[in-house]
Amino acid sequence: MVQPTNEETRLSTEQAIQTYREGARITDVDALVVENFSVFYETESGTVKACDDVSFTLKQGERFALVGESGSGKTTLAMGLMRLTRPPGHIASGSVTLNGRDITKLSDDDMRMARLSELALVPQGAMNSLNPVMRIERQIIDGILDHLKEDQAKPTKDELHETVRDLLIRVGLRPGVARLFPHELSGGMKQRVAMAIGISLRPRLIIADEPTSALDVVVQRQIMQTLGRLQEGLDASIMLVGHDMGLVAQFADTIGVMYAGKLVEVGPVEEVFSEPKHPYTKLLIGSLPSLREKREFLGIPGLPPQLIYLPKGCAFEDRCPSRFEKCSGSIPEKLNLGGRREVACHLYEGEAQS
Amino acid sequence: MTEQTQAVENSSPSKRTSIPKIVMGILGHFLVKRFLFFLFIVWLASTVIFIIPRLSGQDPVKEKLLLEAQRGGAMQTGLDAMAKSYQKRFGLDQPIWVQYTNFMKDLAKLDLGVSIAFFPRTVNEIVFESLVWTLGLMGTVTLLAFVLGTLAGAFLGWPRRPGWVQYIFIPLLTLAAIPQYLLAMILIFIFAFKLGWLPLFGGYSPATLPDLTFEFVVDVLRHAILPAFAILFSVVGFWAIGMRGMMINTQGEDYMIQADAKGLKGSRIFIQYAVRNALLPQVTGLALVLGTIVTGQVLVERVFSYPGIGDILFQAIRLSDFFVIRGIVIVIILGIAGATFLLDVLYPLLDPRIKTRSN
Repeated sequence: MVQPTNEETRLSTEQAIQTYREGARITDVDALVVENFSVFYETESGTVKACDDVSFTLKQGERFALVGESGSGKTTLAMGLMRLTRPPGHIASGSVTLNGRDITKLSDDDMRMARLSELALVPQGAMNSLNPVMRIERQIIDGILDHLKEDQAKPTKDELHETVRDLLIRVGLRPGVARLFPHELSGGMKQRVAMAIGISLRPRLIIADEPTSALDVVVQRQIMQTLGRLQEGLDASIMLVGHDMGLVAQFADTIGVMYAGKLVEVGPVEEVFSEPKHPYTKLLIGSLPSLREKREFLGIPGLPPQLIYLPKGCAFEDRCPSRFEKCSGSIPEKLNLGGRREVACHLYEGEAQS
Repeated sequence: MTEQTQAVENSSPSKRTSIPKIVMGILGHFLVKRFLFFLFIVWLASTVIFIIPRLSGQDPVKEKLLLEAQRGGAMQTGLDAMAKSYQKRFGLDQPIWVQYTNFMKDLAKLDLGVSIAFFPRTVNEIVFESLVWTLGLMGTVTLLAFVLGTLAGAFLGWPRRPGWVQYIFIPLLTLAAIPQYLLAMILIFIFAFKLGWLPLFGGYSPATLPDLTFEFVVDVLRHAILPAFAILFSVVGFWAIGMRGMMINTQGEDYMIQADAKGLKGSRIFIQYAVRNALLPQVTGLALVLGTIVTGQVLVERVFSYPGIGDILFQAIRLSDFFVIRGIVIVIILGIAGATFLLDVLYPLLDPRIKTRSN
């Protein structure tokens, strides 16, 4: 059995947990600036505003987690940022500035080159995201080959082989995995391969779309540790899409809460968890089961609105315990509460900083 | 717990030293198993063919002689003696298990007996002669139709195809819906009868003798064009529709989204991700169709009087030439069982998920 020999994989568990807890060193450089980003689906019965007027900023090295219930638009937003929205969906408005470049304005071919090399998607690899008829090695290599610049010489077989070997060791797999087919791997191994592909061109932004769903908790923890370590090594930013609040609390620096296609609250993880502002966030955190106290399991009454027929006012109005007259009248604007805390709720209009 | 134990998710390491040996062992074992199964199928089907006609209680020789006698209006005396001598000639007077073992012995030697209608020619001769024509025509056309149809279907099922591609779909669908014999007659009417560009019937011109000269080859090709197109047009659509459906299914797969997220070139996604996966059921279909090409296209071959196996089968049934019919059925069995055997052997190479070893 070949053990990882790479320096990065030799962190002790304590170190790993430390970096895992503390997060990456966040710099003051804006890595990703999303402004008024909307993705709509045109259907026969109307326009589905799956992602509506979303704005947020990711610093270089930051771990940003996007949470929300199913159908809140998390994955739509993630795919929209990759410009992988498929018809009838389309990016209706907004700009996505990645490392100083607005990627919504890139040509299709430039966008293709930007994928994987600048922003990489780590999918839910445990399921079906690897080509079943291709060896792992081939699936790592083809991304590298298709991103060669015109003046770049094609790497030799040995170089590619060495790269694959290095990537596999980095994600904690033995190099022999390269010769296997996806169906010969376990769910956790497939997820690691998906990460190896994601980091193969050293992207600055990794979008991880529920990387741990369909895995058991032990493997989940290992995968998140590996992901965190890889991010450290690359000095990249991570946007984690998920609905596992516990996982998010441990992993992320910043959290964004989505509801009905809108980003309703953004803030540092500790602050949002200890002092949630938006009534939806409050209920969401309140619904988390606790080991310390045994109490009745709390849910959020009602259902999220259909995204075709959004109410005139706040989308959360009919489920909200703190609603008042204004809520049904107008859609709340995003308010800046200072210290990177933002909330879209009429309750806080008095506290807003301009 | 160390980092290493948590980070390494390994399957058990395989012994590297004897991998070729192990693979060959498994493959050999697997091939042997598959081949035995092939033999079993052929034996079973042949036995059924042996039994069924004998269940009818009719005597093919006597029937034939009676028919001839009635037709000729000749004397009826000596018919029984004649039948007896013929039955002896064909070995039908012996006990049934002797007949069966003789039949199996002959089959093992690939000797299919003697034709009744074309006596004294052997069934082997007749079947082999027509099989060459059928395989030449049908083999080529089937492979061509598979390639063209699959290509067309692949493009039709690809969202990023050039716009004009969809305009070939409606003609393909229409052609697939026309019966082959009707298409054959339409083609004959237009190209052979009205325009006179191509010959009306046959596998080669009646005046020529089969030979390997350039003129003869051209003559054969000219005769093959219309039957080929009659079959091709109607089969291409079938492959195209199947492939298109598979391509559309493939689009929804996670690995297709991931291929885009990896920023791969469109051509690579098309060929190595979409087509490569959509092709698998098509290949299964091809193997099954390849097994049936030995039956020929009875109707099309009839319409063109093409000297293939379909035409012979038609004549044999009309003349109740029991031994030729049986010979052709055995060839069909061999064809289908052979194709299935081939598919079993080749499929694991196409789809790694199909294991060659049995646990």
